[in-house]
Amino acid sequence: MKYQAFLIKYGEIGVKGKNRYVFEDALVRQIRRSLSRVEGSFNVTKESGRIYAYALSDYDYDEVVEALTHVFGIIGICPVVVTEDTGFENLAKDVISFLKETHGEKPYTFKVNARRGRKNYPMNSMEINQEMGYQVLTALPYTSVDVHKPDVLLQIEIRNKIYIYSKEIKGLGGMPTGTAGKAMLLLSGGIDSPVAGYMIGKRGVEIEATYFHAPPYTSERAKQKVVDLAKEVAKFTGPIKLNVVNFTEIQLAIYEKCPHDELTIIMRRYMMRIAENLAKKSKCLGLITGESIGQVASQTMHSLNCTNAVCTLPVYRPVIGFDKQDIIDISQNIGTFDTSIEPYEDCCTIFVAKHPVTKPLLHVIENDEHHLDDVIDEMMERALSTVEVIVCE
Amino acid sequence: MECYLDNSATTKVADEVIDMVVRCMREDYGNPSSKHNKGFEAEKLVNEAKAIIAKSLKCEPKEVLFTSGGTESNNMAIIGTALANSRRGKHILVSSVEHSSVKEPMNYLESLGYKITWLKVDHNGLVDLEDLKANLDDETILVSCMHINNEMGAIEPVKEIGEIVKAYNSAIVYHVDAIQSYGKLKIVPKEFKADLLSVSGHKIHGPKGTGFLYIKDRTKIQPIIYGGGQQKGMRSGTENVPGCAGLGVAVSLIYNKDFSEKQDRLYALKEHFIQAVSELPDVQVNGLTTRESAPHIISVSFADVRAEVLLHALEEKGIYVSSGSACSSNHPGLSTTLQAIGLDPKLLDSTLRFSLNFETTEEELDYTVEALKELLPVLRRFTRK
Repeated sequence: MKYQAFLIKYGEIGVKGKNRYVFEDALVRQIRRSLSRVEGSFNVTKESGRIYAYALSDYDYDEVVEALTHVFGIIGICPVVVTEDTGFENLAKDVISFLKETHGEKPYTFKVNARRGRKNYPMNSMEINQEMGYQVLTALPYTSVDVHKPDVLLQIEIRNKIYIYSKEIKGLGGMPTGTAGKAMLLLSGGIDSPVAGYMIGKRGVEIEATYFHAPPYTSERAKQKVVDLAKEVAKFTGPIKLNVVNFTEIQLAIYEKCPHDELTIIMRRYMMRIAENLAKKSKCLGLITGESIGQVASQTMHSLNCTNAVCTLPVYRPVIGFDKQDIIDISQNIGTFDTSIEPYEDCCTIFVAKHPVTKPLLHVIENDEHHLDDVIDEMMERALSTVEVIVCE
Repeated sequence: MECYLDNSATTKVADEVIDMVVRCMREDYGNPSSKHNKGFEAEKLVNEAKAIIAKSLKCEPKEVLFTSGGTESNNMAIIGTALANSRRGKHILVSSVEHSSVKEPMNYLESLGYKITWLKVDHNGLVDLEDLKANLDDETILVSCMHINNEMGAIEPVKEIGEIVKAYNSAIVYHVDAIQSYGKLKIVPKEFKADLLSVSGHKIHGPKGTGFLYIKDRTKIQPIIYGGGQQKGMRSGTENVPGCAGLGVAVSLIYNKDFSEKQDRLYALKEHFIQAVSELPDVQVNGLTTRESAPHIISVSFADVRAEVLLHALEEKGIYVSSGSACSSNHPGLSTTLQAIGLDPKLLDSTLRFSLNFETTEEELDYTVEALKELLPVLRRFTRK
């Protein structure tokens, strides 16, 4: 079946009152960006409260659907057949061949839902519904009408041209990227942080990311893995600026000077500090982490209390109440799982204590951090001034 | 300074080889099977390469079969022999320190009902000849052994093995995996009484995706790749002309009149490096280190240092080596060879392999030792508590 256009349905942004156009324009921009990567050219327009993507050339249907199902803010994608108005008889023929090809020649119930954008059409909507229903029933005897719960809702819109569609492919939902400010994601090579970035990105937030690299304890392959993960998330959120921080020196200093069982907590506190510093420079309004209560020693309520204490920006933790399996399910759906489980060590796993504290006390941690006083400022400055930026798209 | 000491993984392609490969792609791009001159030119290049290789092995050109590399040569040798001789017997003997391109075909054959016996090795990684004698039987159709161990550099007693095998029953096919030794030692298959001998091109400054299998005339073996009948039906598929011709050039560059001199120099370098490295604290050089071992492979264990971390620390200084084992937090890939020679388990994850080539300089090795001297105390300070 050759569809000439895609009708794009959006949900929540419909209720945004006077800001509505801001959200719609952002969605149009994101659709254009997404379609610019696929074969063929498209005209994406906003008309009478809906968004259409018209194909101006040949295109690959699967590729286009794949692209549109990666755009936040879309709840449904309807492939549309567009025909010229050459009389009701021809329209009925078109509708019947459309139904045959789109839904196959097997029993189903249907309902016709006609709308006239152009009131000078010789029949009104009710008449079109009745007459088209009759024509379909006659031509396709295996079908029947069900006006309450039809299997197929056949939509016919009459404007300058006539639009026929019946199928709706589920979109991601959420809000269009670029409508909610920016946040800094702490991205490791694990399963949780890419999911966290995706979830906040889905609310329209632009994502920037920070990764802590610890050569020679972590390899170039471990870094490449994080770049690959950022690229996967960027398929949804648009390009992600990835800040690669060389963390070795700080990590070794903590390792040498602080109590071993507090190593991970103190390390995470410095990661938060660095990420927040970079976030503020990039005008981010929050941090994002993939923490989930109790998943590991550094993510108990006590530990989170200690790591959270160094931040002034809000820290968004979208998977905080999720079980590991729930997070894995999302990572599989968004395509980051296979990369996340590649076996390269990240800097969190290298120096872990056999028995890390699970109930750290903030004042104890703060006190033990003073062991770093003579070196840490200089090291922080070096870490911040040697950040490598990689744009992942 | 860039210091590439991972020549047992692969080598830099020689400039003369590159020129030949480019020439074959640009000008002599014909199919050797084509009847016209363009095809004939390509066929000549393949035959010339074959002649060069045959000369280096003191064999006939018709005994050289081009393959896609060491893995294919080993697969062809093992599977091809097993299939062709299965009516005579299904017992195969193989050393327990083989490369995976020998081990895995063996495992495959085992799944087809063959009986595989893995021969014991001593603490230097050398095959136990008594174990070999004890396991030969009427069902034995194939004996396979590597020449130089890729992790340790041990030189296996391939000549003695050949004599034992052929004295027992001359119909047993004897395969030598010479992938690490060809190009570093003089190799004459007849002296080993070998029927089959595998070689890889990219280990000797040739192109990747090239190699050959020496097949002694009249050896009972069948193809594992079928198709258009190229190479007398033994290995179908249009010959990789640039690869074959490039490999020929690589061989001619190595086996020239300076060969013995280059080899002596390499042994001297190895000795020099071992001496310098041994002076570092808590370091152990594994296996034999004299001329009874390979001239280019040195296995060194560094107590209390994780091999992968040391490897990446050396990489920051432009020094490229290989860890004796692929390791990660759950240690799935600890070297079975190092385990087989009875290395202290604590050192399994602390072992690096340094592998040289004829171009390696003393300066590069001294630079490496200096780097180790600097890095080891730092890394040992931060080992896992």
